[in-house]
Amino acid sequence: MQMDLKTVNIEPKRRSYAHVAARIGAEKLASRYQEGTFDMQVEGPQHYRPLWDPAHDYFDPDRTRIRMQDWYAFKDPRQYYYGSYVIARSRQQETAESAFAFVESRSLADAMPTELRETALKLLLPLRHVAWGSSMNNETTAAYGYGAAITQGALYYAMDQLGIAQFLTRIGLLLDQPEALETAREAWLHDEAWQPLRRLVEDLFVEKDWFEVLVAQDLVLDGLLYPLIYGAIVDNVLAMQGGSAVAMVCQFQSEWHAEASKWIDAQVKAAIKDTGANGDLIAGWVRKWRARAVSALLPVAAIALGDGAEEQMDEVLADFDKRLAKLGVSA
Amino acid sequence: MDIAVTKKKLGLKERYALMTRGLGWEPTYQSVDDVFPMDSFEGIKIHDWDAWEDPFRLTMDAYWKYQAEKERKLYAILDAFAQGNGHLTLSDARYINTVKLFINGLAPLEYMSHRGFAHIGRQFRGVGPRVACMMQSLDEMRHAQTQVHAISNYNRYYDGMANFRHHHTYLPYLQVPRSFFEDAASGGPFEFITAIGFAFEYVLTNLVFVPFISGAAYNGDMGAMTFGFSAQSDEARHMTLGLEVIKFMLEQDPDNLPIVQKWLNKWTWRGVRVLTLVAMMQDYMLPKRVMSWAEAWEIYFEENCGALFRDLARYGIVMPPCVEQVRKERDHLSHMAWCQFYQARGTNNFHVWLPSKEDMDWLSAKYPETFDQYYRPRFEYWAKMEEEGTPFEAATPPQQCQVCQIPTIFPVAGDPLTRAEHSCTHDGERFHFCSQWCQEIFEDEPEKYVQAKLGAHELYKGNLFGDADPTAEDFDPMAAAMAFLKLTPEDSGLHSDSRDAANFDLWRGLAKANEA
Ligand SMILES: [Fe+2]
Ligand SMILES: [Fe+2]
Repeated sequence: MQMDLKTVNIEPKRRSYAHVAARIGAEKLASRYQEGTFDMQVEGPQHYRPLWDPAHDYFDPDRTRIRMQDWYAFKDPRQYYYGSYVIARSRQQETAESAFAFVESRSLADAMPTELRETALKLLLPLRHVAWGSSMNNETTAAYGYGAAITQGALYYAMDQLGIAQFLTRIGLLLDQPEALETAREAWLHDEAWQPLRRLVEDLFVEKDWFEVLVAQDLVLDGLLYPLIYGAIVDNVLAMQGGSAVAMVCQFQSEWHAEASKWIDAQVKAAIKDTGANGDLIAGWVRKWRARAVSALLPVAAIALGDGAEEQMDEVLADFDKRLAKLGVSA
Repeated sequence: MDIAVTKKKLGLKERYALMTRGLGWEPTYQSVDDVFPMDSFEGIKIHDWDAWEDPFRLTMDAYWKYQAEKERKLYAILDAFAQGNGHLTLSDARYINTVKLFINGLAPLEYMSHRGFAHIGRQFRGVGPRVACMMQSLDEMRHAQTQVHAISNYNRYYDGMANFRHHHTYLPYLQVPRSFFEDAASGGPFEFITAIGFAFEYVLTNLVFVPFISGAAYNGDMGAMTFGFSAQSDEARHMTLGLEVIKFMLEQDPDNLPIVQKWLNKWTWRGVRVLTLVAMMQDYMLPKRVMSWAEAWEIYFEENCGALFRDLARYGIVMPPCVEQVRKERDHLSHMAWCQFYQARGTNNFHVWLPSKEDMDWLSAKYPETFDQYYRPRFEYWAKMEEEGTPFEAATPPQQCQVCQIPTIFPVAGDPLTRAEHSCTHDGERFHFCSQWCQEIFEDEPEKYVQAKLGAHELYKGNLFGDADPTAEDFDPMAAAMAFLKLTPEDSGLHSDSRDAANFDLWRGLAKANEA
């Protein structure tokens, strides 16, 4: 029996799932982002309290002081669901791959001035631990956040930071021997220049309010670190001194941050817009962590910039404060 | 200096270690126990997290690349299926009820799994297992979304799927899978990964997914269930993770053995109880059958898992004792379940039907010891009642097991005509169980299981009436409950009366007419 299915014109009974239709309107076709995100988490009664946190429900909005009338206001401006996320990253990964291949095949690392290469290694390799810390801190939101919109975006961020930590590891292997990673770990654990930053990251590991962790890590720390390290130092200072090979293999990070900052900005904006009191909370968190991030990043920037670190930091801060103002955060 | 010539070549294992556990460090500004506060309260002793063997070695760049390739292929198939009215190629409209069972019962658990693995991916203090758990958390997000996307097209044309979110949260029968997963997720990190990563994804995985995936293929569903094939390479990673965790715990300290064995006993039983739904699906709901539940049990449990448990015997692990009862129930399980759903069809969100004569002959052949003796007469009697226009329907909600939440319909093992009665008293209240095994689970953690929200109890407590006012003069509790549950007459009842059956025939007729 043959059937001509394509030409059968039948009226659908509905356009989307009921919980999606309730949010976007029954007459609208839902996007894959919407269907894959809205109300994926159980709300309402749950069967058992977690043994690991008996003071809360398994899914509990009270794990942050942020209040939301709609937890699905945390929309992703990139509209990433799993499929579109991995497809976007696989393209960026390909570009990064060819950059690594290019630098390696032409032995560009060897062509770099020794001193410059050493500065790059000293600056970049301990950052793999910082990226891993950021990954953990975003895993906190993926685990304890409320609603699929925010847990999904935070998990992508956590995986991206793991990817960045791995790219940084590869830079170490490309520019030097594996022992360089050990040297960098020692610096991360003991060198004075890295201690304020390590303390900050470890303090975030024990912070219980997941939205505060998100603000401190993604908005403040990464919001200052990426423009400072990759924007100002790698892409400008090092590149001009003959380190364009380093800039090439760091391109993933620069592009990634331009994109990921749109995501975190949207989350902060959504929280402020949803409930007025969130704005004060967020501003307080930004003030607290901004001061610490600045003093933690200064000695790190000095590895490459020496006395010029402070001036460079001021420039980065000026841009950052403009960004905050646009978000409506009065820090 | 010439780095290129002297550069050391790293082995894959060393390189992967640098890419994962090499990233971690022992915190000193905060205590390690404060950073990882949850991985010790269960009593599992880990002396050396570095002894963890990575079960697979996938860096993020490779992960993005492979997964993107899979997603491109999968969504191309889904698009083609939707555009070409692929749902009309199904073997029979009854098949759609399998899709309903899947989206309502299983897809929401994938999101739960994403959260569960995110939680333990944050809590284990070893970096190696944390990275593996993070990746699984991401995979589970994939499974949740690809299932919702794949079934979206069915939802546009057929009933019983639109409210899967609400139904999964509130419909009594769906509390069987939901409470199963919440039970695991609300346990400690090691119990969670034993329950989900090992008992469910390793021991029972084939019993869950083979019937759905092969059932889809046999019944012409090339769209909705393609995600099953696509997910298999993810599952292979999840299985190796589950097994590695078990071996790791057992190798780290002999004191871990009794804890692990207790969990294996509990979660094998909890898992098999949830599989009641799958057993019923494969024996009664697939218009074209793949294999019977009894056959699947023989292949995927007795043979495959028999070998697995023999392998674990060197650690002192034994086959969970509940397996004896599963064997005794093997030839009853699906029949009892279908009878139950048939009688309670007014509160289902999928349709039921009585097995046809051919169906019953197949069931007799597959279950020679039980079907003709205990179940055929019942179905023939109910068929007569349907013919006479007075189809049989149960009036009151059944008593449910306090642990697995399945109605206590099971017979005494070895005595099919006597219903098993198990109960105990806790804090002056009486609790009922389907079996000795669920009762043991309860008695081990009564404070946990007294919290369970059983459908019938919730109804009596008035928790399922929504905004309706129970003191109003014309208050109709059943109508209020149905409205709150968002159950429409189109969602429930007999398949032959359903809008789905009528539409499927109509649309198929149009397709044939077009061809002519
Ligand atoms: Fe899954
Ligand atoms: Fe039970």
